[in-house]
Amino acid sequence: MIEIKNLTVDLGTFSLQDINLKIEPGEYFIVLGPTGSGKTILLESIAGLYPIKSGEIWLNGTEVTKVEPEKRGIGFVYQDYALFPHLSVKGNILFGLKQMKRPKGELQSTVDWIAGLLGVSHLLERKPETLSGGERQKVALARALSISPQVLLLDEPLSALDPQAREDVQHELREIHRRLETTIIHVTHDFEEAIALGDRIAVLGEGHILQIGTPEQIFRQPSSEFVARFAMARNIFSGEVHDAEEGDSILSIGDLELAVVTELRGKLHASLRPEDILISKEAVISSARNSLRGTITRIDNRGSTLYLTVSTPLDFVCLVTRRSFEELGLKAGEEVYITFKASAIHVF
Amino acid sequence: MRKMLRWVAARKLTITFFLLGLVILLFIFVPLLKMVFSSDPGILWDTLGEGEVRSAIWLTLYAALIATVVGLLLGVPLAYFLARHRFRGKRFVETLIDIPIVVPHSAAGIALLFVFGQNFFVGKAFNSVGIDFVSAVPGIVIAMLFVSVPFLINSAKNGFEKVDVRLEKVARTLGASPWQAFFRVSLPLAWRSIFSGSVMMWARGISEFGAVLILAYHPMVAPVMVYERFEEYGLDYARPVAVILILVCIVLFIALRSLAYRGEKA
Repeated sequence: MIEIKNLTVDLGTFSLQDINLKIEPGEYFIVLGPTGSGKTILLESIAGLYPIKSGEIWLNGTEVTKVEPEKRGIGFVYQDYALFPHLSVKGNILFGLKQMKRPKGELQSTVDWIAGLLGVSHLLERKPETLSGGERQKVALARALSISPQVLLLDEPLSALDPQAREDVQHELREIHRRLETTIIHVTHDFEEAIALGDRIAVLGEGHILQIGTPEQIFRQPSSEFVARFAMARNIFSGEVHDAEEGDSILSIGDLELAVVTELRGKLHASLRPEDILISKEAVISSARNSLRGTITRIDNRGSTLYLTVSTPLDFVCLVTRRSFEELGLKAGEEVYITFKASAIHVF
Repeated sequence: MRKMLRWVAARKLTITFFLLGLVILLFIFVPLLKMVFSSDPGILWDTLGEGEVRSAIWLTLYAALIATVVGLLLGVPLAYFLARHRFRGKRFVETLIDIPIVVPHSAAGIALLFVFGQNFFVGKAFNSVGIDFVSAVPGIVIAMLFVSVPFLINSAKNGFEKVDVRLEKVARTLGASPWQAFFRVSLPLAWRSIFSGSVMMWARGISEFGAVLILAYHPMVAPVMVYERFEEYGLDYARPVAVILILVCIVLFIALRSLAYRGEKA
């Protein structure tokens, strides 16, 4: 288990403040934040590679705040691998093992085992510069895991990879986590990656932890506009929530009134995910739903899916699959109806 | 004809620069070649037979080598420090390192004489442990060290700057102490730059004349011997020594450079 208490780190232009995290043994923990939010420095602080201003770091019940990085037993993988270019793959994996002064036979068997685990056995004699991105990242993982770390820190491990290698390494990460039950802290700016891998996610922004929760919670119930934007909710409004008849709630955004499900009242924010909006050419009659008429003002083609901006005149971003887009024969400038459940709107 | 003109017109810049470059290349090469090829091999051989000449050349090579070893021991740590730390006054320190390259070397020799001579505490301290600099090999070594160590420091610094700090950080997480990270990661990766810097430093030490002349006319290094023979007996007598010195330098330099280059390809 790893616990970070009131960590403050000075980053020159800004600082990470009062970071508190408690990561359970064997947990796959994601720190999600935009580029330049100090994610790498946060990991380096945990590993003892970056001087912290104040706070404490506890590893399995022992305070390690002042322990040197080589004595923490924390594995580290950087975004662009940071493999030792003068050593072969085997030399890279052996680096930490040699440092531990294990008997020779044990070294060989550990290298074989770890290389087999990550599927890099056939690369052992190669130099890092001859490897593909995916192979390099697997070697970097093998090297970090060779020392049987108490915690594995991953700094944007998938960001430098092309889509196919990314899927491959992502699968590898899940496998390692399942088989070795290593505690992992993985930082990324990619929301989908976070959702795909994380047991829990902490969103880092403006130097603070803004929200910690399961992927579902971050996805459905962002606690702030920042998190909602980061979770790609796309439709984020501010308005006022008040009572309607029969105990329902109404969210007023200017002249627009939307049915919402919430106990909250007053000036608030609301988010609505683009995939929760149904688009149609005819009005859909249903009391539990919000239905609005608007005009398609923008089409953002993403290949298998498309984002449509529908102006009601308030803009709503809706997600449609290519298939329904073609079946409905949608075009810019066309009048459509958008429909969504009251419960699809998350008020915060 | 027209085709050729068009060919020229399309390459005006390349051709102009090539011709200008050729002038400077010839300027470097012709005097060296002329001297080497217009010497009588028989006289060269006889000169090489003189014990005085051989010992001067040997002394030059070996004093410059000692200077380079001292440069490695003291200069490489400084180079690493400069490559890894940012601090106020760093620019100043870097300028300081380059100063030996820009001051007249005879003046540098005078300055060294002041510090390492018998009238200053540094000279006295060394004297008390039996090391004298004036008219002695240690004097030759420090003269060479002073004028040539900037080449090693700058080259090593560039080498260390190219080593990603994160490689050292990863090494630390893998159980390496700062010393082990340095010796297992940074040093091997910067080694090529350090080596080629050492070659430059050695070569520069061998060719040093001004500072050595001030500190130690005797024992006589080869460049001083060339000067002495020229002054006392004239051009014809100085030339064979000069030719031998140039040949030794060229051969060593090419050999070591190619060694450094081979390291680069491997």
